[in-house]
Amino acid sequence: MIYQPETCLVEMKRITKKFAGFHANDQIDFDVRPGEVHALLGENGAGKTTLMNILSGLYVQEEGIIKVDNRKLVLKSPGDAIKAGIGMVHQHFMLVPSQTVWENMILGLEEIPWFLPKQKVIAKITEISRQYGLHVDPEAKVWQLSIGEQQRVAILKVLFRQANILILDEPTAVLTPQESQKLFQTVMQMRKEGHGIVFISHKLDEVMEFSDRVTVLRKGRKIDTVDTATITKHQLAEMMVGEKVAFTVDKPEIERGETVMKIDEISVLSDRGLSAVNNISLELHENEIVGIAGIAGNGQNELCEAIVGLRRPSSGHIFMSGHDLTSSRPKAFISAGVRYIPADRKGTGLIPNMNINENSILKKYWQKPVSKGFTIDWKAVLSFAKAIVDKFHVDTPSLETPVRNLSGGNLQKLMLGRELKDEPKLLVAVHPTWGLDVAATSFVRETILLERTRGASILFISEDLSELVSLSDRLAVIHKGEFMGILDDPASVDLDTIGLMMAGVSYSEVLAGGRS
Amino acid sequence: MEIIVAILSAAVRSGTPILYATLGEILTERSGVLNLGLEGIMLMGAFTGFSFTYATGNPWIGILAAFITGMAVTLIHAFLSITMGANQVVSGLAITMAGTGASSLLGRHYIGQTITGLSPVPVPFLHNIPVLGPVLFDHDPLVYISFFLVAGMTLFLGFTKAGLNLRAVGDSPRSADSVGINVQKIRYLYTIIGGGIVAIGGAYMSVAYTKMWGDLMTAGRGWIAVALVIFAIWHPLRAAFGSYLFGGVTAFQLRLQTAGTNIPTSLLMILPYALTILVLFFISVRQGKGILFGAPASLGQPFYREERD
Amino acid sequence: MNYGVKVEKRLYRPKWVSVLIPVAGLIMALIAGGFFLFLLGVSPFEAYSEMISSSLGNSYGLSETIVKAIPLAMAGIAVMLSFKMLIWNIGAEGQIVIGALATTAVVRYAYVDNSLLMFLMMFCAAGLAGGLWAAFAGYLKARWNVNEIITTLMMNYIALHLVDFFVYGPWRDPASLGFPMTKPYPEVARLYQFFGTRVHIGIIVAFLLGILFYWIFKNTRWGYEIKVIGENPRAADFAGINYVWNVVFVMFLSGAIAGIAGMSEIAGLQGRLQHGFSGGFGYTAIIVAWLARLNPLAILFVSFLMGALLVGGDSLQIVMRLPLSSTLVIQGLILFFILGGEFFRRYRIKIFKRKVK
Repeated sequence: MIYQPETCLVEMKRITKKFAGFHANDQIDFDVRPGEVHALLGENGAGKTTLMNILSGLYVQEEGIIKVDNRKLVLKSPGDAIKAGIGMVHQHFMLVPSQTVWENMILGLEEIPWFLPKQKVIAKITEISRQYGLHVDPEAKVWQLSIGEQQRVAILKVLFRQANILILDEPTAVLTPQESQKLFQTVMQMRKEGHGIVFISHKLDEVMEFSDRVTVLRKGRKIDTVDTATITKHQLAEMMVGEKVAFTVDKPEIERGETVMKIDEISVLSDRGLSAVNNISLELHENEIVGIAGIAGNGQNELCEAIVGLRRPSSGHIFMSGHDLTSSRPKAFISAGVRYIPADRKGTGLIPNMNINENSILKKYWQKPVSKGFTIDWKAVLSFAKAIVDKFHVDTPSLETPVRNLSGGNLQKLMLGRELKDEPKLLVAVHPTWGLDVAATSFVRETILLERTRGASILFISEDLSELVSLSDRLAVIHKGEFMGILDDPASVDLDTIGLMMAGVSYSEVLAGGRS
Repeated sequence: MEIIVAILSAAVRSGTPILYATLGEILTERSGVLNLGLEGIMLMGAFTGFSFTYATGNPWIGILAAFITGMAVTLIHAFLSITMGANQVVSGLAITMAGTGASSLLGRHYIGQTITGLSPVPVPFLHNIPVLGPVLFDHDPLVYISFFLVAGMTLFLGFTKAGLNLRAVGDSPRSADSVGINVQKIRYLYTIIGGGIVAIGGAYMSVAYTKMWGDLMTAGRGWIAVALVIFAIWHPLRAAFGSYLFGGVTAFQLRLQTAGTNIPTSLLMILPYALTILVLFFISVRQGKGILFGAPASLGQPFYREERD
Repeated sequence: MNYGVKVEKRLYRPKWVSVLIPVAGLIMALIAGGFFLFLLGVSPFEAYSEMISSSLGNSYGLSETIVKAIPLAMAGIAVMLSFKMLIWNIGAEGQIVIGALATTAVVRYAYVDNSLLMFLMMFCAAGLAGGLWAAFAGYLKARWNVNEIITTLMMNYIALHLVDFFVYGPWRDPASLGFPMTKPYPEVARLYQFFGTRVHIGIIVAFLLGILFYWIFKNTRWGYEIKVIGENPRAADFAGINYVWNVVFVMFLSGAIAGIAGMSEIAGLQGRLQHGFSGGFGYTAIIVAWLARLNPLAILFVSFLMGALLVGGDSLQIVMRLPLSSTLVIQGLILFFILGGEFFRRYRIKIFKRKVK
């Protein structure tokens, strides 16, 4: 562990930040030393990103002070933070997609002359790339790059501005296990050069392996800062959650039933007209959870949209209980018993400005008893909505509350309730536990398992590999629109193997000893 | 051949007011703000240009006054759209109404009056080149200024730091904000300057093109400019092409009129508008469903930093 | 002690704000407009009192106000329909005009000596013409995302020129001394006018439309679907609501109602087709719809107010020699203040004491 104690790069003291009625950060102390990797750990909503947004100048704190190199500073804007040597790589990269790498690199830098010195910038980029092992084509347009490459650009951007302190917000969320390894090699290099690195995470394994110290936040408060070497994963988990956490899931043994949906060699095009799904076949059965693992952007979304009828496959067929639904409208799928919980809840699944009543009937408004001929029977709607809210414990002041006022967890419960109320034959769930606190997460998982026992077929997409592996009866791994393999006993397979498959190595190759 | 040169030359003149308006709106939209008040701003520019020229005898004072007036009127839209986050479509329509009404109201005493205004200034040597000469180099100074404006904006957008910042603000305000660019300030700056340039387009109509004032004299050119911005895919060079094309169709149709063809005027007047729809159709179909490629991604959406989902 | 000002998003939107803002906006617009008039050398008090007395102060004025309100209400409802889906149909003007054109064509070429039949034919022709005019732009938008603001606008100008072609040319009334207008409609084609005033049957149509659409949006499945599309097209897709079909259908309806507004104006009021007959009320309808916050019943009320404003403007022209477009300025000002006021619906300003360390 290489650090000089007592000289901190950054000190944050008693930081407090409020948002429309609650404390996102409550009297938090935090510091970073040169040459250390400091993890900021906590559940979604614990306040980690808020704290770092304050440090990087995006937000201004209500109370508390920030000291950089022992000088008290007021960071009113990202520009101030950059000048102080603090750079943040956000979860959603702050890059301009339509511009080139080199243009993104110098965006907002004051010392750049009026006429853009393209060659000089490219030269400097190449130099830094070499120093830290981050390789990108400076003249490429950002939208053409892969997610991993875009992240490299984001990191380069921060290094280009001579940041001393680098903040990485959930950097491995969009990377394969192999790419994550590469990232951490870069992080170690930066550590050797004396930078202070903060990385925000909710993944205990990463934190244990790569950090020197870890600070745990819970519900806006700091629980503790500890040296990573002196603590165990379980202790960290307890600090994060405040109670003993079980790591295993209770999955009852059930034999799978009849085929519910047969997906027969479908290909699906993306919005841009490119191939997103390439000749995929899959059968989904009653009493079964099929998981799909893969890096975001490899065709999962298009596949799911095809399965629920939102996107027509360009070739192939989809059969639901024997009926060919390939060219049917979404309503036909819904009537056939397909339900969908999409990844973006406020975007596709729910209507933020409408209230709970109006949202609850989104999938049902043309069916009795909610509809009577041409009209909607609002009395029936009220009882329908109330049933959902009661059964799924949705916490809300009233049924007339606009849905945008609900928290993430309650939104998810509402959607889940609405989708499951009719005992669907097939449930497609995409990232259903993302962003939820522990209680909501286990509620969702248990509900899904109960549905499985009831006889539903479930297609489950998640970026949490351990969740996928523990919940799925079968696990398919998707890469560039094709299945690299479908594992029949996911729990018995090495996570590394799955990682390789996510990166494009087919299962048979892996078995044949094709480890790169 | 004579006729073709005459039409092309008329196309440049006829297209110039539209070009100014289109260029101004390109600046505005590149920053992410949609300004539909062009017709009202042009009319105010036409009025101010005319009245100040009438009062002082100096057309350049008129043009300067128009520029300032355009900026002042656009300030209202900028404030509503950028700071107050109002619906930009409705705000622009309000500007159109207020500007149209105000110009009629203020201009009621000037109807029928004429001024000397701006006269053509042939460029030495260049105007003698066959074909290109009379088409490009025998116009009044505002036309030449518009040439420089097109070139200048092209260089500005593609090769300068300020241009880069502007594009970033329009395409990804969050990213621009995260590197310390003041998104609101840039939007204000380019919306207002853009509005001033639009007003010059209006002033051109009264001070150089017709040299008189008539009620509602811009006849919808402001709206054509809104369409042309999309046609130009937000680029100054294509804007010039589009403006002169439109000007050409208008000039052509006027020629047909005076040549005494059997096609009635009114039906000919439909040509430019139908053409615009056609062009818009081809661009949209080509770009693919849902994504208008080349458009500033944040167009029409207000930006607030502390938005928490 | 240091004070700071913070702008915060409201958690809930109180009802009183929804009423206060349009009212406050209106008042501020009148004040600003008055100031503008003052700068022009016109006494605002004189102008405003003249406007009010001429439009609401006597029975003739009242009937004139209603007369002006009728097409505004219909066109306002037409505009509201498409706006509710966030389709910016600013082509009401052209749809009105095309409706009037179709009406005149019916009178000219399909004349029947029966009032009721004539009414039905004119009604259908105007509706069909206006509907198709708008549906064209709607289809372009739904299928290929062609910007509807531009297309509907261009269609406006095309419609206006088409009418000009006919009234300057083949349909011109030889007895009109060269003015661009058709022969007056025969009695049979005219709409029944009440009690010797100029208020015609259109008023019943307007009311029916207002009530009909209020009921539709409150209680029917289709109304629900429209609201969903407007709020969140992706969620609508998700719920299986057919975007393309709905956009085209709503645009058709929108244009049809606007066309019928045109018919009612021509057959009910003016009695002949002439250049510029619509006086831009297709654009005024947009303000009406917006001020009424897209609520069908409110549109009826707001169009009455707007009618008063326009009648007042007419009298300003006659009595004080101000051009008709003066009212445009007031309309624009009203919109400005309402737009500004919207801000306070979504956000509130908090003044708080900042602790200084």
